[in-house]
Amino acid sequence: MAILIDNNTKVLVQGITGKQGSFHTKLMLEYGTKILAGVTPGKAGQYVHGVPVFNSVFDALEKFPEINTSIVFVPASFATDAIFEAIEANIKLIVVITERIPMHDAAKFVNYARIKGTIIIGPNCPGVISPPYSKVGIMPAHVFKEGRIGIISRSGTLTYEIAYKISKANLGISTAVGIGGDAIIGTDFIEIYEMFLKDKDTDAIVLIGEIGGDLEERFATYYSSLKNKKPVVAFIAGKSAPEGKRMGHAGAIISMGMGSAKEKIEAFNKVGIKVADKPDEIPKLLYEELKR
Amino acid sequence: MKLYEYEARQIFEEYKIHVPKWGLASNAEEALKIAKEISFPVVVKAQVLVGGRGKAGGIKFANNEEELINVTNSILNLTIKGERVSKVIISKYLDIKQELFLSLIMDRTARKPLILASREGGIDIEQIAKEDPKKVLRIHVNPLIGLQDFIIRKIEDFFSLKNIKSIVYALYEIFTKYDCELAEINPLGITNNNEIYAIDAKIIIDDSALYRQNKFGERIDRELNEFEMIARESGFSYVEHDGDIGIISNGAGLTMTTMDIVQYYGGRPANFLDIGGGADAEIVYKALLIQLKHPRAKSIFINILGGITRCDEVAKGIIKALNEIKTNKKIVVRMKGTNEEIGKKMLNEVGIFTYDEMEEAAKEVVRT
Repeated sequence: MAILIDNNTKVLVQGITGKQGSFHTKLMLEYGTKILAGVTPGKAGQYVHGVPVFNSVFDALEKFPEINTSIVFVPASFATDAIFEAIEANIKLIVVITERIPMHDAAKFVNYARIKGTIIIGPNCPGVISPPYSKVGIMPAHVFKEGRIGIISRSGTLTYEIAYKISKANLGISTAVGIGGDAIIGTDFIEIYEMFLKDKDTDAIVLIGEIGGDLEERFATYYSSLKNKKPVVAFIAGKSAPEGKRMGHAGAIISMGMGSAKEKIEAFNKVGIKVADKPDEIPKLLYEELKR
Repeated sequence: MKLYEYEARQIFEEYKIHVPKWGLASNAEEALKIAKEISFPVVVKAQVLVGGRGKAGGIKFANNEEELINVTNSILNLTIKGERVSKVIISKYLDIKQELFLSLIMDRTARKPLILASREGGIDIEQIAKEDPKKVLRIHVNPLIGLQDFIIRKIEDFFSLKNIKSIVYALYEIFTKYDCELAEINPLGITNNNEIYAIDAKIIIDDSALYRQNKFGERIDRELNEFEMIARESGFSYVEHDGDIGIISNGAGLTMTTMDIVQYYGGRPANFLDIGGGADAEIVYKALLIQLKHPRAKSIFINILGGITRCDEVAKGIIKALNEIKTNKKIVVRMKGTNEEIGKKMLNEVGIFTYDEMEEAAKEVVRT
């Protein structure tokens, strides 16, 4: 059932007393996410929407050893410390919402997480949702209807847009994963796709890419080498983006003639992945792929 | 954020990387004083942030005082790709027997720093790498371990040089201490006495790390226009484009897609304006003011998918802006999500029709 998060997901919120942390703790609780504890150094003893706050991840885990997932809202200048703390405390899934973490910091905690076998989603991502079981993220839950389509995306609101269209077309979502809009991220398209391959509740995957980097091109190469695959429908944002300009996301930049939407779409087409021209074509392409 | 060459040179010197004797001048008089100190021949180099200054006439040699004055004055009169030259480096000309290439970048694919080295310096490294990948040495550095001697030995073997160790360590130190996206020496010059000099210096600092790299003031490679300034002050992601449809949306991916879809239906975006997540009426008001005042934006497309962003707040912001500035511009609004019924009703009452789907709205905005 679903990937990354489900009924058994027990969540710690790092940065729970901040504006974002507290607001989204409330929304996640309303969705039914099991949030057991929060951490803000110096704020132990407080409660946020009924969730007890601890000074450290270790303190929280002493009281609630069943915690297996953390979501990080800590501001960029303190986030790296918070993420290392969660890795050291052996939490195996860390979802990093925080934007604007320096890339040298991200390179360090991402490499360390790999050694420790920790999965990092993000930074600069909307999180993960497995409707109707659990939401560890900041997405508006109502557009994610339960279903059998997996989503992997570098974007936030564009993911909501596409989830809304999929849900409206009576398809629905098994799990949606926002992998983040930064140049250095913990988990990429290939790694999440592999999880979806093993998930018996996912029939097809929507991959939402954008300009910058080569995640999409590498996925295309990987996909063509697979023997057993599940169908993929893709969408790429930034077809009209000018070169050399950062389009909102730190990682969304066409530089030195590399990372354009055109190259990515060509790479997908070459290996037989259908790419939608507009978001509203995605449900139709999914139905076609599912029929085959 | 890219540094000027003279700033990168200062950092190189701080880390004991040899650079030719040099000074910074903003007029011919200062240039002459420096040249006399370091002795002729010298190179005069325009200090700009844009690339391609050599081809634009921004790098010239001078063998004597007269040439120096002419060359300095001509370079200080240049505008290179929209950037005015206000300073030049006067640098000692060195007799170089071999030019190499040495660079450190953050490789987003491997999520590690990457050392790039080539025996051919002074050239376009991407071009070389495409034509003959064997000419470029690529070695990743695990950021948890840092640079180690075994990596240095590989570079020494590749270059057939023995005295490269200190310069590679220094460059790696700079790369990490200054939060670099890129730290590059191109060319790295070997003199007849086998001394190694950084002939050019290029450093780009990660924008997300600027809060702890405050030694350098913020700079921009050209003057921002009025709208870019307001957008920056308001905290919007804003990029100027060349069309006539102003774009406002929430979230980078959705805003890019809004531009794309306008283009798909035959329109041309005037700009990219992302109001981000959870915008309130005041933010929407400020964003719409930019588009209302923008001379190229003949029509405006507002595409909001409400989640944390509430449609009633968006409507409130739109109405506030329209009350302030009377406009003939066509305004098309798509709103969907949290409190959409309230938001739509508010807009309908002031005569603005709203759409449920972005594709339908895009068709309407490009329709003349």
